[in-house]
Amino acid sequence: MPKDSGIGASSKRREDVRFLTGAGNYTDDINVRGQAYVHFLRSDIAHGRIKSVDTSAAEGMPGVVKIFTGKDFEGVGGIPCGWEVTDKHGAPMQEPPHPILAQGKVRHVGDPIAAVVADSLEQARDAAEAIDVDIEVLPAVMNMKAAAQDGATLVHDDLKNNICYDWQLGEADDAKVNEVFANAAHVTTLDLVNNRLVANPMEPRVAVAEYSRGTEDYTLYTTSQNPHVIRLLMCAFVLGLPEHKVRVVAPDVGGGFGTKIFHYAEEAFCTFAAKACNRPVKWSSSRSEAFMSDAHGRDHVSTIELALDADNNFVGLRTNTYANLGAYLSTFSSSVPTWLHGTLMAGNYKTPVIQVNVKAMFTNTVPVDAYRGAGRPEATYQLERVVDKAARELGVDPIALRRQNFITQFPYDTPVALTYDTGDYNGTMDKLEAAADLAGFAARRAESEAKGKLRGLGINCYIEACGIAPSNIVGMLGARAGLYDAATVRVNATGSISVMVGAHSHGQGHETAFPQVVADMIGIDESMIEIVHGDTSKIPFGMGTYGSRSLAVCGSAMVKATEKVIEKAKKIAAHLLEASEADIELKDGQFSVAGTDKSVAWGDVTLTAYVPHNYPLEVEPGLEETAFYDPANFTFPSGAYACEVEIDPETGQVSVEKFTAADDFGNIINPMIVDGQVHGGIGQGIGQALLENCAYDENGQLLSASFMDYAMPRADDLPFYAVDHSSQTPCTHNPLGVKGCGEAGAIGSPPAVVHAVLDAMNSGGKAVDQIDMPVSPSRVWAAMNG
Amino acid sequence: MTQVSMTVNGKPVSGDVEGRTLLSGFLREHLSMTGTHVGCDTAQCGACVVHVNGEAIKSCNMLAMEADGADIGTIEGQANADGSLNVIQQAFQDHHGLQCGFCTPGMVMSTAALLKDNPRPTEAEIRKYLEGNLCRCTGYHNIVKAIMAASGQDVSQIAAE
Repeated sequence: MPKDSGIGASSKRREDVRFLTGAGNYTDDINVRGQAYVHFLRSDIAHGRIKSVDTSAAEGMPGVVKIFTGKDFEGVGGIPCGWEVTDKHGAPMQEPPHPILAQGKVRHVGDPIAAVVADSLEQARDAAEAIDVDIEVLPAVMNMKAAAQDGATLVHDDLKNNICYDWQLGEADDAKVNEVFANAAHVTTLDLVNNRLVANPMEPRVAVAEYSRGTEDYTLYTTSQNPHVIRLLMCAFVLGLPEHKVRVVAPDVGGGFGTKIFHYAEEAFCTFAAKACNRPVKWSSSRSEAFMSDAHGRDHVSTIELALDADNNFVGLRTNTYANLGAYLSTFSSSVPTWLHGTLMAGNYKTPVIQVNVKAMFTNTVPVDAYRGAGRPEATYQLERVVDKAARELGVDPIALRRQNFITQFPYDTPVALTYDTGDYNGTMDKLEAAADLAGFAARRAESEAKGKLRGLGINCYIEACGIAPSNIVGMLGARAGLYDAATVRVNATGSISVMVGAHSHGQGHETAFPQVVADMIGIDESMIEIVHGDTSKIPFGMGTYGSRSLAVCGSAMVKATEKVIEKAKKIAAHLLEASEADIELKDGQFSVAGTDKSVAWGDVTLTAYVPHNYPLEVEPGLEETAFYDPANFTFPSGAYACEVEIDPETGQVSVEKFTAADDFGNIINPMIVDGQVHGGIGQGIGQALLENCAYDENGQLLSASFMDYAMPRADDLPFYAVDHSSQTPCTHNPLGVKGCGEAGAIGSPPAVVHAVLDAMNSGGKAVDQIDMPVSPSRVWAAMNG
Repeated sequence: MTQVSMTVNGKPVSGDVEGRTLLSGFLREHLSMTGTHVGCDTAQCGACVVHVNGEAIKSCNMLAMEADGADIGTIEGQANADGSLNVIQQAFQDHHGLQCGFCTPGMVMSTAALLKDNPRPTEAEIRKYLEGNLCRCTGYHNIVKAIMAASGQDVSQIAAE
């Protein structure tokens, strides 16, 4: 029986009402009295030396308040990188400065050169057109392998080369790895590209900053997934402001998918300019501007080799990847191709010897950072593609080959630094086989063929590491931040509760799901509990929402704080009931004395906490508790996906006919929301596989800078999805046994789609073992007719 | 500056606008009706869809001056008279047809226009009609399902909630 409230119920989302009636409060909806508007003049050249920026003609134009150039920020810090990666020789990564406005050189199309603050946005734009910029064009560094060669043009003149780091994980002894491959019965090798993507949350980024001369306080409203992180980075590293004088608010945020984690120059600019201009300053990105200023995602070029013994056991895996970081280091960019990628190369398999090699490259492109999945989709795509290719080469069933190599004993220490606490990969695959009706595939293929179409079935498995992280571990790995989270449970006198959480909700439904947990623990109605998030002045601290961490980390902090509240409330109840605290039980919102009919209601205890007339003297009045929670390990969601496609052999057009996901997320708080998260991830994954590509030409011009040119998945590109979340091995180390579900769909689906396309092409008699994403009609047609 | 007058959700409004002021800008900045969202600058995303004389129009692609004298409907005017969610809005909540909410006003306005012309659209007709409305959160599954439910169709057999 589905529950109708509390943990496990598909409670309808309370936030929906405001979104459905136009009453949301997104950052662009916020206007501050007296505000001015900023327009950034951005480089239309990918790489060049700035010879002069002449603002004189623009200065006197109508409405212009002030014009800023790189010179105005010479004494100001640059945008910091939050993770220092150590290369395989023990040296720190090369870390070039990232100024707020370009200094000396422009390094990508979209690099901001000047900023015009004016009374209206139109006036700011008009004046920006009158700025005369003289740039000496330099060759654009676009190809990663060429950029790694000695003598290549340098993106950053002060660095020794364009390689940010040359990193390795796993078996460090090359001879040992070579021996494994030399002795293998079969080696499968694959070269592939993980295409560059743009996250494109539907809400473009916005920043509004104000400064009070009276109190010397700043307030920044910004489209962020983690307002405390923005405040910390901006205050400590960029502007040198005291944290307690800066409030950062991330109100309703229209999607993030990673790209709103990072601290961006525009946020720091508006905050700086609000004081410099003595006026609030607002910036609203246009979509075209978003394409050239939001951090991009993926963009890996990899060679992967899988060694198998004579019985088809995986005995070795080696990868060599070039990872594009773009022109500057975005906030968490350095961690994505390394600790969020290399560590996942074991996947679901007990491969004993693994070596991961990554060269991270500077190029004249927009910075690249985390996008839904962040490193884990790149790992999954390489691993699963090579496993699928091996199955085809060996003529064995791809599911059987996977099952044969599944990890089945937990906890399991991988050769790439992780310890999986729990999982049931065979059980999850069983769920997939049933939910996807794999037994019926042959009949469906025959139906497609009768229509003149080719039909293919693609299978894929994934594991991801979520809930980042134990702070002591990530600290050793180079993280410059702790990655705990925090919650305050504030019980009001009348029994209602405000929970201030460090996680930020921008589509994930925290305002609905988090109260389900607290309601369950106390036994009161969900409607008595409200979640407060997104404002540094209201919440204790928070590292924010990314990496499918909100419930696993912040939810755990909320549970701990609620436990403290209950513990204190029991002391008060014991006093009221004249009983021993040890005998007090809490159920359905009633404190009772075990074995008696004596009880007192939740609301009576909370009122007593604030009107402490009849009260235990040793207990402080009030009922409010805070907890910080630092996890003991990552969580490890896993799953098995099946995709069926049809190809029109005349045109190469691919259509997804059936998509099934079986995931193990551990315990589930709100099944409706979890299913929705998986749907969305699959939609983005199919988008990556079939449609999306952020394209540059050889001169560094961004060819896909609007929704006219960047193929976002639309409703008629996608099917209904079947999702099954009944495989549940609860996380062993957090109080709710939850694992995280936000990224799974985007990680698990791209390989499934490509496998299905390859299967369909091969079913048509064309032996094709490689095709790159996006699997466009022209690529399919070329592969089939090449 | 030119004065424009129009009816928005049944109320007469007017304001002075520049020639280049878009209808979306007039609604958001002049009238402070921020329910209508702007998600792109190429008339692709559909977050800004409103009704102009009963037709679904992308308000970022129409000058405010062009709407002079028109009857405009926005997301703020969609709920029932008593403030409760209308059938489409309720179906979106019931079937989790929204996540971040940014595309939602456009989705609701487009759905209203679709169902006016086609009260019982098929799945394929819905997907085709929504080509001009982008959503990045839902993968469209629950949006399509919500629209089918809003048009009185049984959605209980559609793969997974």
